Amino acid sequence: MKPAFGPNDFLIVIPAFNEEGAIAGVVKEINRVLPEAPVLVIDDCSEDGTKYVAKGAGADVLGLPYHLGLGGCVQAGYKLAFELGYDFVIRVDGDGQHDPADIPRVLETLRASGCQMVIGSRFYNHDGPHTSRVRALGILLFRAILRPILGKPVQDPTSGFVGVNRQALEVFTRSFPLEYPEIETLVVLQRKRFKFQEIACHMRPRQAGRSSITPVKSLYYIVHVLLGVFVNILKFDSRRRKN
Amino acid sequence: MDRLLTVTTLLSIALILLVLFSVRRSHIRVEYSVSWLAASIALLILSRSHGLLTWIANFLGLSDPPLALILIVFGLFLVVFYRFSVIISDLKDANIAMAQRLAILEFQLQSRHESD
Repeated sequence: MKPAFGPNDFLIVIPAFNEEGAIAGVVKEINRVLPEAPVLVIDDCSEDGTKYVAKGAGADVLGLPYHLGLGGCVQAGYKLAFELGYDFVIRVDGDGQHDPADIPRVLETLRASGCQMVIGSRFYNHDGPHTSRVRALGILLFRAILRPILGKPVQDPTSGFVGVNRQALEVFTRSFPLEYPEIETLVVLQRKRFKFQEIACHMRPRQAGRSSITPVKSLYYIVHVLLGVFVNILKFDSRRRKN
Repeated sequence: MDRLLTVTTLLSIALILLVLFSVRRSHIRVEYSVSWLAASIALLILSRSHGLLTWIANFLGLSDPPLALILIVFGLFLVVFYRFSVIISDLKDANIAMAQRLAILEFQLQSRHESD
C-alpha cells in the first residue's frame, strides 16, 4: 500500500473476523464504486480463510498476530492509516451490511462539513431494517443516555459505518475502546469537543456468517458500554476541573 | 480462638514458603512476590499477637478478635487482588499495542518486498 497522495487521501478499512463468505464481495463492490480507492482489510486472526480471500479480491491485508477484538482491530487500521498520512478513513463492516455506494457521500460530508466524524445511520430516515428487536431496544436505550451527554440526538449510535478525519484519527491512535467501540467513541469525541454528523445510509442484511452478538452477549454489551460511557464522563469531568 | 490463630499462623508460614519457592524457581517475579509476602507476614504477626488483635477488634467495635482477623485477611487480599488487576490491565494494554505494532511493521515490510 502506498502512502496517501493527491485525491487518494482517504483509506477504506474493513475490520474482519471469520468473514470468508462475505469479504470478497465487499472488497469487489467497493472497487466497483471507487476503483482507485485503497482498501485495507484488518484480519483479526480469523480461523477461516478471510485473509487469503480478501487478498485474492484485491485488498491489502493487515494481519493481527492474535484475536484483539473489534476495538483493537479497528485501532490497528487507524494507526496504520495515520502513519501512512491519510486524511480520512472510512470504516465499513466486512459482512456486507453497508452499501459501498454510500461511501462517496460519507467522504463528501467529511470534507465539506469539517466534522471530525460522520456516521452512516440506518435510522436517519426513520426506517431501521435488518435490526433485531434486542438491538433496536439497545439503540433506544443508548439514544436516551447519549442525548444529554452529546448535547444533540444521535439516531444510530451503534453504527459501524463511520468516517473520521485526521484529527479524530490522531486521537483514536492513542485512545480507542477495545470492545464494542462505537458508542464510547462518541463520548471520547465529545470529551475532545469534536463534532459528528449523521447521514442516511442504506443497510442490507449480512451477506454471510452470523452476528457475534448473541442474546447473552447483548446484556454484557449493554453493561460494558454503560460502564465505558460512565468512565469517559468521569475523565471528562476531571479534565474540566483541571481547566 | 487459639486454634484459629494456630491455623492462620501455619497458613501464613505455608504461604511465605510457597512464594519464596516460586520466586526461586522463577514462577513469580520478585516484584510481584512483594504483595504476597507483605500480606502473609502481616497475617503471621497478627496471628501471633493476641494483644494487638484484641486492640484492633475493640477499635473496630467487634466483640470477637477472630472476626477482626477474618476482616483483615479479607482486606489484605482485596488490596493484593486490586494491585494485580491494575498490573494485568497495564500488561493487556501493552500487549495489544505491541501486537498492533508487530502487525503494522510486518505489513510495511511485506509492502516494501512487493514493491522491490
